[in-house]
Amino acid sequence: MNTPILTRRHLIAGLGAASAFATVPAWAQGHSIHRDQGGGHGRGGPLIPAGFGELSGEVIDLTVASGHRIVEGRRGPGVAVNGSVPGPLIRLREGQNVRLNVTNELGSDTSIHWHGLLVPFHMDGVPGVSFPGIHPGQTFSYEFPIRQSGTYWYHSHSGLQEQSGHYGPLVIDPSGPEPVEFDRDYILLLSDFTVLDPHFIMSRLRTGEGYFNRQQNTWTDDYPLSAQERRMWAQMRMMPTDIMDIGSPTYTFLANGRGPTEGLEYLFRAGERVRLRVINGSAQSFFNVRIPGLAMTIIAADGQNVRPVEVDEFQIGTAETYDVIVTPGNAEAYAIVGESMDRSGMALAMLASRPGARADVPALRDPPLLTMGDMGMDHGSGGMDHSAPSADTGAKEAMGSAGAMDHAAMGHTTPDASMGASDDTMAGMAMGGMSMAGMKMRDTTLLPPDVKVGPGLDMVSMSPVDKMGDPGLGLRDVDHRVLNYRMLTALEPNRDTREPSRLLELHLTGNMDRYMWSFDGRMYSSVSDVPIRFAWNERVRVKLINNTMMAHPIHLHGMFFELVNGAEPAHQPRKNIVIVQPGASAQFDLTANEPGDWAFHCHLLYHMHGGMMQTVTVVGPGGAA
Amino acid sequence: MNLRPLVSLLLAGAALSAAPAMAQHQGHSMPMPAPAPAPSPAQALQQSDPHAGHAMPDSPAASDDKTVDPHAGHAMPEGSMPAPDAMAGMKQETMDHSTMDHSTMDDAMPASPGPEMETPPPPEAGSGPPRAADAIWGADAMRASRDDLRRESGDFPVFWFQGDRLEVHAREGAEDYIWDFQGYYGGPTSRFWFKTEGEGAFGDKPESAEFQALYSRAIRPFWDLQAGIRQDLAGPDTTYAVLGIQGVAPYLFQVDAAAFVSQRGDVTARIEAELDQRITQRLIFQPRVEINMAAQDIPILGVGAGIDKVEAGLRLRYEIIREFAPYIGIEQTWRIGNGADFARARGEDPSATNYVFGIRFWF
Repeated sequence: MNTPILTRRHLIAGLGAASAFATVPAWAQGHSIHRDQGGGHGRGGPLIPAGFGELSGEVIDLTVASGHRIVEGRRGPGVAVNGSVPGPLIRLREGQNVRLNVTNELGSDTSIHWHGLLVPFHMDGVPGVSFPGIHPGQTFSYEFPIRQSGTYWYHSHSGLQEQSGHYGPLVIDPSGPEPVEFDRDYILLLSDFTVLDPHFIMSRLRTGEGYFNRQQNTWTDDYPLSAQERRMWAQMRMMPTDIMDIGSPTYTFLANGRGPTEGLEYLFRAGERVRLRVINGSAQSFFNVRIPGLAMTIIAADGQNVRPVEVDEFQIGTAETYDVIVTPGNAEAYAIVGESMDRSGMALAMLASRPGARADVPALRDPPLLTMGDMGMDHGSGGMDHSAPSADTGAKEAMGSAGAMDHAAMGHTTPDASMGASDDTMAGMAMGGMSMAGMKMRDTTLLPPDVKVGPGLDMVSMSPVDKMGDPGLGLRDVDHRVLNYRMLTALEPNRDTREPSRLLELHLTGNMDRYMWSFDGRMYSSVSDVPIRFAWNERVRVKLINNTMMAHPIHLHGMFFELVNGAEPAHQPRKNIVIVQPGASAQFDLTANEPGDWAFHCHLLYHMHGGMMQTVTVVGPGGAA
Repeated sequence: MNLRPLVSLLLAGAALSAAPAMAQHQGHSMPMPAPAPAPSPAQALQQSDPHAGHAMPDSPAASDDKTVDPHAGHAMPEGSMPAPDAMAGMKQETMDHSTMDHSTMDDAMPASPGPEMETPPPPEAGSGPPRAADAIWGADAMRASRDDLRRESGDFPVFWFQGDRLEVHAREGAEDYIWDFQGYYGGPTSRFWFKTEGEGAFGDKPESAEFQALYSRAIRPFWDLQAGIRQDLAGPDTTYAVLGIQGVAPYLFQVDAAAFVSQRGDVTARIEAELDQRITQRLIFQPRVEINMAAQDIPILGVGAGIDKVEAGLRLRYEIIREFAPYIGIEQTWRIGNGADFARARGEDPSATNYVFGIRFWF
């Protein structure tokens, strides 16, 4: 068993690495604080250092203020909690009570949402849903009991402050023993830094298609796309390279606030068991995490313990957390690589056997491409083979097996009738032996009537298959073990294993060109008063169907749900984020036992602001007549 | 990106940094406790939801519609289905039945746990807008944040201005300037759109100039319907009613097509199409075609019935940044039919080839 004191000291050591980059913020020395009048994204004010300290106890004081950040020599806006990005580690113990006093020194409203924590809804920190927000100059006291343990984080739910650095790690030690032994305990918080004002990013996402994508397909690229495939993508008015809306060089990917050249390191001795608490605290990025030369044993997902499962790489969606155990060997150092999903850049840290020890850093791999399967046309592979651990086997196999299918027999419009009849029809394109004749990429007759069909919906997944076994874009054909949701099983059995009493189907919808995002075709602006309602203690299966070509990390506040991933109901993994793969579906079971109004949204910051959000209302125990 | 040389230069940095700890604000002394007494969430919900427990009007027809499986009855080739034995070994919870042909599968497989048909929430789930927080913080306190959240989540306005063409046309003996700008202000589906274009010889006033003010409404994912007025600012004073569509056609053609009816009753139309072909991430080849048509001869404007004028251009631009790209190109203009006669009558060549150079910019 680990010694808590030693563990904590090591944790701090990990946080405080690369001291050369950390300087005392001006306001910690009594200087005045820059107060901007806008969204808090100015580049003036004091320098906000990378890295973070630690706070614990029953009363914790936090201050949100703005300044500027410098990452690898580039200066960008900063909104920081307690003067650092990430904000301080908040370390609590299961069973304690905590009061968190948050003072807003910005010129605009702020908030802190405790991501993954079971709290009374009015302490959840979402302005406009759970509370009025924290106005400039105000101090707001969050107060709630700690009912769980594990790795979590916190972040702003106001405007776009999260992009500018308003986030930090939160760890809750269990009241009993840890289920897994470890010698060192480190936090690896991955995020994305930009020199740009996040409102500028939002505006450009709306007005400049592909503005932040510097890996688009061109006449001179190296992508393995045939001329036919290129024509088909152009015909669909879609980009096969739209893996992440924003990549490098717009983003510099950070590990605990530090760029890849800024030397975050974690010390180890050979043979020690090192716990890495990996948190994706980015605004809009997915990462593929691996440590060349070391296997990783996943022991928790979204703060909840899972049965240990050993992998060589895992994809972590925005706002997910994974706890892993690694046992470094005799090498002097190991590189912890957090490659962005679009492979435009990486966050980087080192496991080092001595200060300054460095391992080789692998080169970025080739950027992945979207396939027809990501349009929901994956009849051949993912659709039928549910027994394979990795249901989606990638483009080549998908195309190969799909070739056997006669799509004309599917009962969609016949090729002759649809040719030229609608610009949504793919007119007789063939792809990899797969006849696309007559297939529509926006056949709205496939949608249930409660989905609003309008300009905000540019695609309908033709045959959305469950891709719980999909390791994620770009990881479907790597030659080592990659985590997927089917490999997660809850360590402690779920309390509620009732058969769900109803199915709720939600469609993830969007329009890439207009950058509109929504559930069931309606942006939050039009459904802010139309919540998704659950009765008290109701057990519901929620099926999310992704009618877009992007992976969406869907987050429910206030409650854990259990992924319907093939595990027996008692051991379906508890999560608060589920990635719904492009063109695919995903299901979770929910016991609606936390009364109140909760935010439910895509955790890609600019998708949420593009409208992909809805309020979930759980009626309290007395609500039923 | 090769990080190795950079990494080797890194500072050791293992020493503990005191800075983050010092940056913590310990001991702020102005906590603002929650308004007391704060009712419990459960109580709040009871208060805030007057409809809770009321029976919701049940619409069997609607729920039937919801549960239709769009895939049911699709014929699946037999060869692609696993044998029933293989299916029996699968984990039933994970089956996605929507992709299967139930008409042949139901017999072979036991029922999957979990409901397959979407059904509406029970009456106990209540109805009405989400107002739980009002019971705790007060409706007045919540109002501003609710409004803010609604305004910033989806349907918020943005401003866009594009100088699509700001260029010089050069041919033997003549140099003309041309502008072609547009922009909008509004949300993703409803916008005020303006367009202006014109041309003239250097040193002269514009030979033609127009301004359009349009309301633009999304009618399809890639198409806006636009209606408004056009005012010609050079030549004979002419005002038009405008009805057009603008958007992206399959194969990524940027299309702008509009019909114009002047105050004199003349009907004209214009179709523009551009296609951006990326050669590299920054170098873009752009074919462009513009066709001007008229329903009748318009002698006062020198416009001929039928196809009056065709422009076809090729431009090569380099995006120094996304928003600013100089370009070079060549453009051919033809006056056709009666339009050619009008041109000749004015002493103009009905066919002209121009070298063009200019800048494309937007913000």
